[in-house]
This record gives sequence, C-alpha cells and structure tokens, in this order.
Amino acid sequence: MNLSLKIWRQKNANSEGKFQQYDVQGISEDMSFLEMFDVLNERLINEGDTPVAFDHDCREGICGMCSMYINGQPHGPGKNVTTCQLHMRSFKDGDTITVEPWRAKAFPIVKDLAVNRSAFDRIISAGGYVSVNTGNAQDANSLPIAKDNADDAFMAAACIGCGACVAACVNSSAMLFTSAKISQLALLPQGQAERAMRAEKMVAQMDTEGFGACSVTGACEAECPKGISLENIARMNREYYGAVLSSK
Amino acid sequence: MSWVTKTLSSSLGRKLIMAVTGISLILFLLVHCGINSMIFFNDGGETFNAAAEFMSGNWLIRTAEVGLMAGFIIHIADGLMLWKSNAEKRPVKYAIVKGEANSSWASRSMGILGSLLLIFLVIHLRHFWITSRFTDEITGGHTTLFAEMIETFANPIAVIIYVIGCISLAYHLSHGFQSSFQTMGWNHPKYTPFVKSVGLSFSILIPLIFAAMPISMYFGWIA
Repeated sequence: MNLSLKIWRQKNANSEGKFQQYDVQGISEDMSFLEMFDVLNERLINEGDTPVAFDHDCREGICGMCSMYINGQPHGPGKNVTTCQLHMRSFKDGDTITVEPWRAKAFPIVKDLAVNRSAFDRIISAGGYVSVNTGNAQDANSLPIAKDNADDAFMAAACIGCGACVAACVNSSAMLFTSAKISQLALLPQGQAERAMRAEKMVAQMDTEGFGACSVTGACEAECPKGISLENIARMNREYYGAVLSSK
Repeated sequence: MSWVTKTLSSSLGRKLIMAVTGISLILFLLVHCGINSMIFFNDGGETFNAAAEFMSGNWLIRTAEVGLMAGFIIHIADGLMLWKSNAEKRPVKYAIVKGEANSSWASRSMGILGSLLLIFLVIHLRHFWITSRFTDEITGGHTTLFAEMIETFANPIAVIIYVIGCISLAYHLSHGFQSSFQTMGWNHPKYTPFVKSVGLSFSILIPLIFAAMPISMYFGWIA
C-alpha cells in the first residue's frame, strides 16, 4: 500500500504546530497503524529528520498509551480498537490519512502526537483508590458480591485511561473516564468505606483539571476502545448528588 | 462558597440545572400544546378563547407563570454559559471531526438549536404573550387570542418562522428529553429504552401539532 499521511508536528507545548505531509510506500495491510509509523520514523531517522513523537507501550490494546486522532476519530475507524490494534487493512491504497493529537485544554501537547494525560492521574489520586486495609485474600464466599454488580464493576474496570473519551467529546469532557473509575469501586464492598468522599473529590478534581461538562452525545461510549457504557456516567451522577446531599 | 453553590456550579450541577429546568419546560409544552390544540375544534376559536381566558384569569396559573419564566431564563442562561465554557475546553480545534460516526447531529448541536429557539421565543412572545398581556390591557382588550393568531398567520413569513421554530424544537427535544434523564442519573436497562421511545415520540408529535396550527390557519382550514 502507498499512503499519504498528514501528520501534526509540534516541537513542544509552547510552539506553534502545523500539518506536514509524508508519503509512505510499501506498507503491508497486515501492519498495525503504529508499525506503519515505525516504518515512517525509520526513514525519517535515516534521512536525518526528527522522527514523529507518539505514545505507545504494550501494543496489545491493554495499556492505554496510544492516542492518535485518525481521520476525525480517536483510535481511527472501527469499534473497540486502540490505535495499536488498528490494522492497515482498514484503509485503501492511495488514501490520505490525517493524524492529530488528542485535543483538549486539559491534555497539553508534549510533542507532535504525544499529549500529557497526567490530569487523569490526578483525578485518580483525588479518590480513585481504596485506602482501608482490605487484608489478605479471603475465602471467596466470605464476601458475597451479586453477579450483576461484579459484571458491572468488571466492565467499568476495563477502562485503560487512554483518553479517547475526552478526545471524542465535543466538550472535552472526562466524565466517562471518571465515572468508570468511580463505578468500579462503588459497586464492590471494598469501595464502600470511601464511596461518598470519592465521588465528591474525583468530580471536583475533574473540574479543576479543565475538562468540560457532559452533553450526552454518546461519542465517548462509541469511541471507547473498551466499550465503557454511558450507564457509568448516570451512576457517577447519582453517586455525586447522593454524596453532596449526605456528606458532613 | 456554600455547599449548594459549590454543587450547582460544578460541571455535574450545571448539567443538573439544565435537566431539571428542561423537564419543567417539557411539562409546560404539554400544557401549552393541549390548550392550543383547542383551535382544531374549528368553532371560530370559542373553546380556545375560553381556555385562554381561564389560563390568564386564574391566579394560580399566573403565579406558576413566574416560575415558568424563571425556568426559561435559567435554562437559557445556564445553557449559553455551558456552551461557552465547554467550547473553551478545546482551544485548538481538530482539522477533521467525524462526528456522524459516533453521535447524533442534534446531540452535537444543542447550543445552535437552543439559540434558534431563543430567537423564535422572542418573536413568539412579541406576537402573542406581549399582545395579550400588555397591549390589549392598555388598549382595552378588544382582540381575542384566536383573532390574534388568525391575523398573525395570514402572513406567510410568520408561518415559515413558526415552522422553522417547530423543527428546531423537534431536534432540541429529540436529544434533550432522554439526556435529561441520563443527567439526573436515571439510566436503567429496563426503563431507558422506554424513556428514549417516549422522548422520540414526544419530540415528533408536539412540534408537529404546533406546526399544524400556523399552517392550517394560513390555508384557511381553521377560521
């Protein structure tokens, strides 16, 4: 496959960025999108140019590091895929592919396609943990958990924190991420001790970081590589309203 | 800052305000549509005028009107402020956005649809509410609301404005109805499909009935 790439190049957070066009030849349709970038970067290095900076780690779709906004969609076309699991067979020979970084005030650009997502870490630090001593692993039957709750908590815990929800949202809202993190703990017995405090603090931190409000467009759910459901946002709303009404 | 102010000024609180006022305005639309539909009796506006008179003469309704106005003002002001602050959360825009791949057009255009509705609301209030509440009282109340409608909708431009208003309302409601339930935390696999279908039917039916009023009056089907 021969492709034309329009890639956002930006030296650092403070410099002006612009699109730069690169033509790549001989791309196999079995390559992942990131492997195609590796081919381009090898060439750029050999030519003495600066390679395109982009985030990546496991390349197995589970770490949440890759973060490319491809042809107007986070992680490109296709359902439930991260950029590293997106294969070149999703494109046609001769295509022009536009690649941008996640764009949000709360995710400043580090370089080219790499953005700083530490705002997510600070939301977690605000309350996305269990600090009470839960002890050693117990006998499975000593902590009864309803199957529905276990399933919902598991689905919420599937969030890899990649930020595609923020990137997809017209308001750059982080509610799908925050609600998944609140939900996974609110649904399990270990999370009860700090349940109310958690919802209040994590929402407050989310607002402080400069993420937008939710318009319920559902774009986050549709673009989430892990299929995190909007039901989590409704749960977060209930958790939050309940928390502010009952906290002392 | 008190906990109430803090909560209502948070991103979740501001959306809750939109949802609660939105639902109240939906209830108002139901009453408004019900009363106005009395023109379809086609009895020269007799039933409709009697209902309109009852509404304007009843102190309970007049008191509720103050609440309604507050609902409108809060919904509009909060909506515009949210629109502005949400837009600021992405200072550098994307070159390409494939919105249709992940969301409905109405859900992404609530600000524009709301602004169209605001323009329509000003025109609509000038046509009927100001006339019936103030101008008529000053001039001695010689016209009925029905006569006012017939006169207004003889003008094709007014009819077009009202039809555009109704279309904007339909799209605004098609997203607003169900999303207000989600914002209030009411999302459940059993009830959400029901809420969505009621919302969709409401958003088609109510604007359709409203749009039928100026159209039928313009063509003289109701006189």
